[in-house]
Amino acid sequence: MQWETVIGLEIHTQLATRSKIFSGAATAYGAEPNTQACAVDLGLPGVLPVLNREVVTMAARLGLAIGAKIAPISIFARKNYFYPDLPKGYQISQLDLPIVGKGELEIELEDGTTKIIGVTRAHLEEDAGKSLHEDFHGLTGIDLNRAGTPLLEIVSEPDMRSAKEAVAYMRKMHSLVRYIEISDGNMQEGSFRCDANVSVRPMGQKELGTRTELKNINSFRFVERAINFEVGRQIDVLESGGRITQETRLYDADKDETRPMRSKEEAMDYRYFPDPDLLPVEVSESLLNEVRASLPELPDARRNRFIEQYSLSREDASLLTSSREMADYFESVTQVSGDAKLVTNWVMGSLSGALNREGKEISASPVSADMLGGMLKRISDNTISGKIAKEVFEAMWQGEGDADAIIDKKGLKQITDTGAIEAVLDEIIANNPKQVEDLKGGKDKLMGFFVGQVMKQTGGKANPGQVNQLLKKKLGL
Amino acid sequence: MSLDNSEVKRIAHLARLVIDEQDISIYAHNLSNILDLVEQMSSVPTDDVAPMAHPLDTLQRLREDKVTETNQRDHFQLVAPQVENGLYLVPRVIE
Repeated sequence: MQWETVIGLEIHTQLATRSKIFSGAATAYGAEPNTQACAVDLGLPGVLPVLNREVVTMAARLGLAIGAKIAPISIFARKNYFYPDLPKGYQISQLDLPIVGKGELEIELEDGTTKIIGVTRAHLEEDAGKSLHEDFHGLTGIDLNRAGTPLLEIVSEPDMRSAKEAVAYMRKMHSLVRYIEISDGNMQEGSFRCDANVSVRPMGQKELGTRTELKNINSFRFVERAINFEVGRQIDVLESGGRITQETRLYDADKDETRPMRSKEEAMDYRYFPDPDLLPVEVSESLLNEVRASLPELPDARRNRFIEQYSLSREDASLLTSSREMADYFESVTQVSGDAKLVTNWVMGSLSGALNREGKEISASPVSADMLGGMLKRISDNTISGKIAKEVFEAMWQGEGDADAIIDKKGLKQITDTGAIEAVLDEIIANNPKQVEDLKGGKDKLMGFFVGQVMKQTGGKANPGQVNQLLKKKLGL
Repeated sequence: MSLDNSEVKRIAHLARLVIDEQDISIYAHNLSNILDLVEQMSSVPTDDVAPMAHPLDTLQRLREDKVTETNQRDHFQLVAPQVENGLYLVPRVIE
């Protein structure tokens, strides 16, 4: 039988605020245990949560970026369950009236086509603390620094039909939250993680199959592997006549498999109700206008502008706008050097290569946009060849100064003096009579041999085009 | 009676309350009375009344995103039964 996979994602993105969602404790990552957990975060009696203005603004930023309606009034609710890293016995979240309503995100598929993925809603909530299960004499250690850290949970429609689509959506959302500066998106630190709802159904069937929920996946690679494993498992169960149990499963990266997480004998019942400690939250039209005005140009719009303004291919434009830093870098270099196509090749070639090699972000590149632009200008005005430029780039990367200084210091200037090139050429012609005869006899491929020889003797400093011309003139071709 | 004994047991479990077997019917009776009252209130026509999330007719006040709390770990941990390396220790919980 042909099966169709149906996937919906719940993405938890940590909002990049200084203080927590309901308290004035710091959110900085990596602090000593429990040094950033105040009375509110500990759920001590008599405390009152007070909402952080910035999380409202950040949620609105995301909402506007995905074309969603922002609720003029939204409500916080208590989600009740017992767990030691949740000291209040409930998590403050949103159920009815979440802050962000229906929106959408366009993803690009491998075959170059695009697809719209619906976003059902996005709501604000607080994170829980961390349980450490190392050996504390058979006890569990609790660190509540993370308790109360603001999260925006972005829930998608079940619109994805393969693990690859799910990854494309997750990547796009990851790039978007960083673009609009609401999250650092750091996946190692758990700032961006997702749960995947996965089901399969016979191709053509309308109703959805029973789904399982894969919890807490914090890498793009794992999301793809976890979904693929789970789809295979569900199909095996169904084809051997079994039924899928609706349950929460955990992906084990070491074994590359998923397994049930909670025993479901007692179904979770969160008993949501509006939190009496918090009043309805208003997002006024004036706040929305403020947020709208402060949003940067969004990735899709920027990609389209790059295609239009710089005549780039869609693929190049997509890559260059995949992060805001990269797109800013590209535009700065282009402003200095002018030739967008040349800039594209260098940014995606040598620069990206060097960054990958050393595991650096573009914002930490030793070669600044100004420096790269300055060097590319020297290619355009024929001061150096593309080949020599690679050497100049490497020297800039090693911190030897800007392009002009390096070209000067190392004497890399292209030889434009015809006489000097002719002298080299004469010598090569004299030393290679056989090749000269063959070339004259019509073996055009040998042009390359002579140009190569000249480049070798001049250390790459001759202009290949010029050498070509001079050679033809000399041999009367 | 709208609540039966098994539902009372389940609610008690969700709330992590220990209740005596002999009291269950009394709880079921009392809680049912409350639910019946709610039921009765549902018959009041409220079609043109907007649902209210809070009895106070006002909006949430927002605070600036500023760190105002300092580290008071030692102070807070005075009331904890057991701590180690700055962590609160609790009975082992592994799913």
